[in-house]
Amino acid sequence: MKSIADIKAIREKMQAQIISRDNEDSANETRVVVGMATCGIAAGARPVFNALVDQVANRGLKGVKVTRTGCIGMCKLEPIVEVFVPGKEKVTYVHVDAEKAIKILDQHVLGGKVCTEYLVGDEA
Amino acid sequence: MRELALHVLDIAENSVKANAKLVTIEIEVRDNLLTITITDDGKGMSEEFLQKVTDPFTTTRTTRKVGMGIPLFKQAAETSGGTFSIKSKLGVGTEVKVTFKVDDVDRMPLGDVAETATTLLYPQCDFKWIYTVGDESFIFDTREVKEELQGIPIDSPEIIAFLKSMIKENIESINGGLVI
Repeated sequence: MKSIADIKAIREKMQAQIISRDNEDSANETRVVVGMATCGIAAGARPVFNALVDQVANRGLKGVKVTRTGCIGMCKLEPIVEVFVPGKEKVTYVHVDAEKAIKILDQHVLGGKVCTEYLVGDEA
Repeated sequence: MRELALHVLDIAENSVKANAKLVTIEIEVRDNLLTITITDDGKGMSEEFLQKVTDPFTTTRTTRKVGMGIPLFKQAAETSGGTFSIKSKLGVGTEVKVTFKVDDVDRMPLGDVAETATTLLYPQCDFKWIYTVGDESFIFDTREVKEELQGIPIDSPEIIAFLKSMIKENIESINGGLVI
């Protein structure tokens, strides 16, 4: 069974990487923000957030930060994911699930191509 | 909400917003009783606000006038033979305690506690989880994790992924095949 003692090995591995990462400009970081107020959580934001974090961890992606925010006032369109690419306008995705979140990560965050099918359409 | 663990996530987010330094979350299953207690040392509420906090039209937000988190949790308990209580003191903290009858058909499943725990990892706020089934307990304290991390952020994706599998293993072992 895993325990807190196992963190030592992960820590040592990460400490080596962090030194090189510090040299990167954090302004170049892409932020992926998940709405996590009551409305977001009820609509399924937790699996979306966790799927994104898992992907970033498993693939060792650098320069991508998964974070969260409160209610942005479009509760019926939750789960909402906002993508902030440095130097570009914010993109808002609605009715996201874990599968769509991974596609957004692949196609938009890593590939630079907006997933137009998940944007706010006529339903807003 | 589809799981009690989602309610726990939602209520605990309130603690983080109330500038809590430590949030203690106890989940206990004993005989036919499931008890969930969330205690924080955040800024607390005034007596006046506490009186109306279970009203869905009460919120501290200024942009909108609805606050559904607490009323939904209360409803989930009371519509399945359980109880809900909230205590709070300004400047001291808040305690939300909810009980459920384990065998009530209307009770929501407990759901994914490990995923809720790893969604609640903040550099500025610590969490102590005490998960008990019968006589066995699993304790997860983010203060111990942070000590071991020596400055690496606890919300790094690599750490989140490790902690999730660690908590999952421990909870499954305590549940011993029981689905709560």
